[in-house]
Amino acid sequence: MTHIELTVNGAKQSGEVEPRLLLIHYLREHLGLRAANVGCDTTSCGACTVLLDGTSVKSCTVLAVQANGHEVTTAEGLATDAGLHPVQAAFRQNHGLQCGFCTPGMVMATVALLAENPHPTEAEVRTGLEGNFCRCTGYHNIVRAVLAAAQAQAEQAQAETAEVGA
Amino acid sequence: MSILGTRVLRTEDPRFLTTGGVYVEDLVDERLEGACHVFFVRSPIAHARVLSVDAGAALHAPGVVAVFTAADLADLPAIPPVGPMKPEMQQHLLATDKVRFVGEPVAMVVVSEPYQGEDALELVSVDYDPLPAVLGYDPGDDTLLFEDAGTNVAGWWGNPADLKADLFDGCEVVASQTIVNQRVAPAPMETRGAAAVWGEDGRLIAWIPNQGAQGTKSGLARMLAVEPSQVRVITPDVGGGFGAKFGVDPEHVLVCWVAGRLGRPARWSETRYENLIGMTHGRAQQHTITIGGSRDGDVQAYRLEIVQDAGAYIRAGGFLPMLTRLMTSGPYDIPRAESVAKVVVTSTTPIGAYRGAGRPEASAALDRAIDLFAAEAGVDPADVRRKNLLPPFTEPHRTAFGALYDTGDYVVGLERALAAADYVGLRKEQAERRVRGDVRQLGIGLSSYVEITGMGEGEGSGPSENATVEVHPDGTATILTGTSPHGQGHETVWAMIASEELGIPVEKITLKWGDTDLIPKGGGTGGSRSLQLGGSAVKQASQELIEEARQRAAAQLEANPADLIFDKTRTAFNVAGDPDAVVPLTQLAEQERLLIRTVFSGPGATFPFGTHIAVVEVDTETGKPTLVRMITVDDAGTLLNPLLAEGQRHGGIGQGAAQAMVEEVVYDPDGNPLTASFADYPFVSATELPSFELADSETPTTYNPLGAKGIGEAGSIGSTPAVQNAIIDAVSHLGVRHIDMPATSRRVWQAIRAAQGQESEHA
Amino acid sequence: MIPAQFDYIAAESAGHAIELLAEHGDDAKVLAGGHSLLPMMKLRLATPELLIDIGGLDELAGVAIDGADLVVGATTRHADLAASELVRAEAPLLAYAAGQVGDPQIRHRGTIGGSLSHADPAADLPMALVALGGTVVLQGPAGNRTVGADDFFAGYFETALAPDELLTAVRIPRRPGVPWGYQKFVRRANDWAIVGVAAIDGRIALANMGPMPLRATAAEDALRAGASPAEAAELAADGTSPGEDLHADREYRRHLARVLTRRALDHEAA
Repeated sequence: MTHIELTVNGAKQSGEVEPRLLLIHYLREHLGLRAANVGCDTTSCGACTVLLDGTSVKSCTVLAVQANGHEVTTAEGLATDAGLHPVQAAFRQNHGLQCGFCTPGMVMATVALLAENPHPTEAEVRTGLEGNFCRCTGYHNIVRAVLAAAQAQAEQAQAETAEVGA
Repeated sequence: MSILGTRVLRTEDPRFLTTGGVYVEDLVDERLEGACHVFFVRSPIAHARVLSVDAGAALHAPGVVAVFTAADLADLPAIPPVGPMKPEMQQHLLATDKVRFVGEPVAMVVVSEPYQGEDALELVSVDYDPLPAVLGYDPGDDTLLFEDAGTNVAGWWGNPADLKADLFDGCEVVASQTIVNQRVAPAPMETRGAAAVWGEDGRLIAWIPNQGAQGTKSGLARMLAVEPSQVRVITPDVGGGFGAKFGVDPEHVLVCWVAGRLGRPARWSETRYENLIGMTHGRAQQHTITIGGSRDGDVQAYRLEIVQDAGAYIRAGGFLPMLTRLMTSGPYDIPRAESVAKVVVTSTTPIGAYRGAGRPEASAALDRAIDLFAAEAGVDPADVRRKNLLPPFTEPHRTAFGALYDTGDYVVGLERALAAADYVGLRKEQAERRVRGDVRQLGIGLSSYVEITGMGEGEGSGPSENATVEVHPDGTATILTGTSPHGQGHETVWAMIASEELGIPVEKITLKWGDTDLIPKGGGTGGSRSLQLGGSAVKQASQELIEEARQRAAAQLEANPADLIFDKTRTAFNVAGDPDAVVPLTQLAEQERLLIRTVFSGPGATFPFGTHIAVVEVDTETGKPTLVRMITVDDAGTLLNPLLAEGQRHGGIGQGAAQAMVEEVVYDPDGNPLTASFADYPFVSATELPSFELADSETPTTYNPLGAKGIGEAGSIGSTPAVQNAIIDAVSHLGVRHIDMPATSRRVWQAIRAAQGQESEHA
Repeated sequence: MIPAQFDYIAAESAGHAIELLAEHGDDAKVLAGGHSLLPMMKLRLATPELLIDIGGLDELAGVAIDGADLVVGATTRHADLAASELVRAEAPLLAYAAGQVGDPQIRHRGTIGGSLSHADPAADLPMALVALGGTVVLQGPAGNRTVGADDFFAGYFETALAPDELLTAVRIPRRPGVPWGYQKFVRRANDWAIVGVAAIDGRIALANMGPMPLRATAAEDALRAGASPAEAAELAADGTSPGEDLHADREYRRHLARVLTRRALDHEAA
């Protein structure tokens, strides 16, 4: 067993884990954070996507021991007392989910995408989400949701800048 | 202002977006504490005799609780074939003397911790005596999958002797082609799983992701040889079904059996590899289409000869061709049409229902035939469709195949789609590119379809569904439904329907489904039945509840029920003209439970219809097709929630387009699956699809009080042939007349070369 | 889906990693991003007994200029390579190739050292290295050595890396402002290339036209002799040995090699 210490959704966590324990299973089984799901065996589908040090990763292909000393953010860590994260809100507003299985991974991939590219074109959204599969939506409303989230975040940033300037 | 027809956001979304859905793998329940985990030893060979199973090493591996083989299941029944097929073609829960497809369960290893499972599987040794694989649409009888059956032909729908040799007499133009509607994998994002425990009361509780708990329950009871009253099925959140999560698979039964045998809760979760070979596949029909008519584009005759590859064991493959035949002539007025279907078994994964279940196959064949005929006759494919579509009707129209179409205006659907696409402009651009000889050529493909939804028998006479509506003293309401949502948004829409009748806000209405102790009867969700039947039942129950409440309120007010008004804004009754003598629903609920259970029965299935137009660019140097536009009309009658209806259309379009372009389950000549991972099976990402252009059309049905038909599968019925036709159209000027699906880059390139007289090294 | 059991050590330095490699030989594998190795281990196609994690070693990360070369640390992630201003200026083909690998999540983890050591003939970075004529720096118990791209890839998933050696850095000749072309033909977004072509400075490398990335030498010779891109591209498949699989047969691959080479050269010329 290997000892690991990491921060998950802002809280310090530690544990003894088998080296082969996948990060997705550490999050789900050891910490009870079950929003992210396992959808495939080949690092293809992205249902397991979480943020590692702020960037999107497929947690099925990260060992828990590799996350030692790092920060993980999951979908459960997005919403605050103030309500849904703008990306979550945009997915709801635009009917960007149906069965919900791909959704936490899709949302986290979107958060990372918009952090790297705050004003993506539709084409950039589509290629930016090439690592996240959805069977239910045909992606149409997911793309709308991401563009709406980008818009909302841009407006929020503008409002904050205006406040600072005022 | 009615809430119906408005874009109400889903009430189920907040939990999916924050903590995530609770799928079977997520379940934390004290009844499942200490659960063991079931892993399946699966055949790595397509067809073989099973000589021995040696579990010796596995039994000593860490965490192994037990290893079971068919010998342990001797008292459980075999699964008979579905439909009028050879009864000898039975499936055992675990393979007995033979395995018949790669992935067939042969043994079970039960471990204490999930990570021990694959370690233990490696230690089970099975000795196989290989037999030749049985593959293809004409497998022949040299190697029999079921020796007792004496043939690999499982059965027929219709009789080939009834086909008329003179069907095409008098046709100036006749075109014929043998085409394939290829095998695909439903591939919901959530794989299969189960959790089961037998209580001290001797009852089984099984949590199984499914599309109809009541059907799953009766399947479990039958296969476990127990009384149905001994079984309770609870449906967790389900991560997609698409037809493949109906009923029970052997694995579900076995997990429940293990729990009983070991006296311990048992859980199972399959890998994606297992899902891509163990979950039923879809489609897998070969079609020989022949179409004839006049040189000016009048279709006079059509023949569809179907071969259904049912896979190794006959599940839905035994009746899907019946549905295909039912929709042979689609939305067209074809004076002489006939069809027949042969069902064969092969050493491959069994075929089950998959979004459209038999009807996309009919549409794809017909649309291909229409385009072949149009090309042969030299008439624009839009004109051929316009010329031959049935004229609008509001009284039910019976086809030669026994389908009774309820309402339809197919020509308007076609015209709306053509206008939205700017068909004339597209043909102009296509012509310009052809003249210039552009590398990237444009293709336009059409499909005009009609499809059957909400079929079958239920609790009532004909298609039916139940609903229970209860108003509580605190002003909230609960609905129990026999449907089984897995992404369709019933929590929101059923609440909208009830809210419309009761005046209670949507946020205060809770939907329950999928627990057979709570809802013993129900038809589940599939075949696009839920809104028209389940939603209508909710409306009916809500109305009946108001009537029941009215009677009680009248008694209380010592008034004539006819003099009472139900004020939705106050959710209360008052006597007309006397607004102060008020009896709120909540008060009535407090005095006596206020609940109504009703069954809605419709007169028959309904028939949504539409036209899809796909615009494709083909890189003629590499053959690669790109879908650039998808314009659709999908008319499913009255829309209760356009936002959700659009989502259903989008999803169907995405799956349908993917089938036309890339998706295919591939087996090698030995029956080994080559597409058993998401790296190999080309599940498409957002990059491969454009945004879709949905045009509006609502032609209500008269069959239910909502005016609604089913929309869940429509998108996948029109899109596949539209995209296929578009890809072929893009290179038709080079002499290509047909390309089988999936019309991959390689196939397009080979078709171009063949049409231009360049032989390939490989056939 | 779950790897076989293994032991795990987080290496404290490159030297430490090499000591462990020398000690354990073929029983050990180096782990950096893990996005070539872990997928194989999850399918149990690879079952090392020990993983030596170098992912945390800062000494192996980063991009710098060293004379005429751009030096890229082995554990530099694909996403960082793709976004690096320095790499985009000095070796834009490399930045572009890194941005083509897999999908964003994969690029956030995968490293150049891992990708080159894995040596998938259909992958982007091995092909890019061959096109760029780069060299890899290998460190072993006896010290450092460099191996040129044309010699590093030895066969199907095989490199010149010895069992006790660590790939520590990649050296790319700086070519600021030199035109380049890159073509990756895929069935769908995050697939490996059915056929890939990278062209720069008279060099043409092909992905998935043989057991390792190949130089289209006949086409290169033709260009040198004054042929047009179209003429040279006709020879792109000469001397290659493409395989057959789900996506393509040999004939289609040869055809794609010719078409994509012409397009890469045209892009370069533009």
